[in-house]
Amino acid sequence: MTNVSFREELDRLEAIVRSLERDDLDLDRALELFQEGVTRLRAARELLEQSELTVRRVLEAADGTIRSEPVDR
Amino acid sequence: MTPAGRPGAGGGRVAPTDGAWSVSDVTRRARALVEAGFNRLWVRGEVSGFKAFQSGHWYFTLRDAQAQVRCVMWRSDNQRATSPEEGTQVYVEASPTVWEERGEFRLTVRQLLPTDASGLWQLRLERARAALERDGLLDPARKRPVPPWPERVAVITSADGAAVHDIVSVLARRWPLAEVLLIPTRVQGEGAELDVLAALGVANRLPVDVAIVGRGGGSREDLWVFNSERVARAVAALSVPVISAVGHETDVTLTDLVADLRAATPSAAAAAATPDRAAVLPLVGGLARRLAHGLERRTELGRERLARTGDRLEATIREHTHRRSARLAELAAALDALSPLRVLERGYAVARDDDGRVLKRIAEFPPGRHFRLTVSDGDVGARAEGRPA
Repeated sequence: MTNVSFREELDRLEAIVRSLERDDLDLDRALELFQEGVTRLRAARELLEQSELTVRRVLEAADGTIRSEPVDR
Repeated sequence: MTPAGRPGAGGGRVAPTDGAWSVSDVTRRARALVEAGFNRLWVRGEVSGFKAFQSGHWYFTLRDAQAQVRCVMWRSDNQRATSPEEGTQVYVEASPTVWEERGEFRLTVRQLLPTDASGLWQLRLERARAALERDGLLDPARKRPVPPWPERVAVITSADGAAVHDIVSVLARRWPLAEVLLIPTRVQGEGAELDVLAALGVANRLPVDVAIVGRGGGSREDLWVFNSERVARAVAALSVPVISAVGHETDVTLTDLVADLRAATPSAAAAAATPDRAAVLPLVGGLARRLAHGLERRTELGRERLARTGDRLEATIREHTHRRSARLAELAAALDALSPLRVLERGYAVARDDDGRVLKRIAEFPPGRHFRLTVSDGDVGARAEGRPA
């Protein structure tokens, strides 16, 4: 799993787009945001297209501790 | 047969002189004995001869293979019941009594429930449901929305049933970005209730966004753990939104009632828990377009602004140059004004000796001194005449 979740990518992307759509943005800053937006778009697409579902089985030990192990599918 | 004592419960009555009981006395006595001898109880039997009278009261017979008993259910008690089909098995909660007018043993029925082998369960279910309702756990306002982009999904079901397989394959297709945390539990049979309660406890300690609780279809008995009041309360107490999937189209379990969302099957629950990535891709595409358009718009604005700036700059330079050339003209004019020729033109003259040094003082003009006088159009020779005046 990537560190940044899809939700975070999407939230940030939406914020970037909203900023770009405002008129009072400095051009340098706009270019910076655009760059970041492109990176995040790519990341979001990759998450959607290339993720593979992970399944973990959760077990509670007698002492109440919880552990989990991957499940092969 | 000899009467054993005074009949009836009514005081003051005198026994018949021939020692015999009246019919009224014996039936009254029988009624008293029967009513005192039974608490209200549940009786199971097959309905026959059902008749609903104009008065609203119901009369029928309950029977099994060996015996039968007449039953009455007063209008005040039957208003919320469904009238039983002829020949069906029912449970009745009833008080045995004797109907004195006919000397007939019968049941006064307070509650009537269909059995289909689970009438008492049904009764328990009704009570549990009422308790949950009283505590506000069935309030629709309690229901939480399912989060739109779940990262971790807890699945509480049997490890080897069809349900887990169905859920995992739907999640893999729709939203493989998620991580499934499977909390295996027995879902039927001995100990299933405690097992499910423990699994729900584990789910509450995991960093999940949404939980799916359920099992595949089964008989009503198989689904029973999801009708446990304790399980329902534990489901209601989960810290994240819960989707119930107790696979049965017709029965709604208590777990279904307290869950934030009810799905008919485990597959439907998995679909309800997640967005479909195929539907999300266009959303991302839309953001891409807005991003590109946003930048385009920004650069367009920038270009306009730059153009405006350019215009201003040019104007400034032009103005600047203009001012500078005016100044140059002024300076040139000033320089011009300082030129000695101009002074001479105004009528002044410059005296110099033969070496060209300028003579400025009286002492430099002794009588008879020759010098040169420069006027506006040339030099003339000159001689000093005498003393100063």
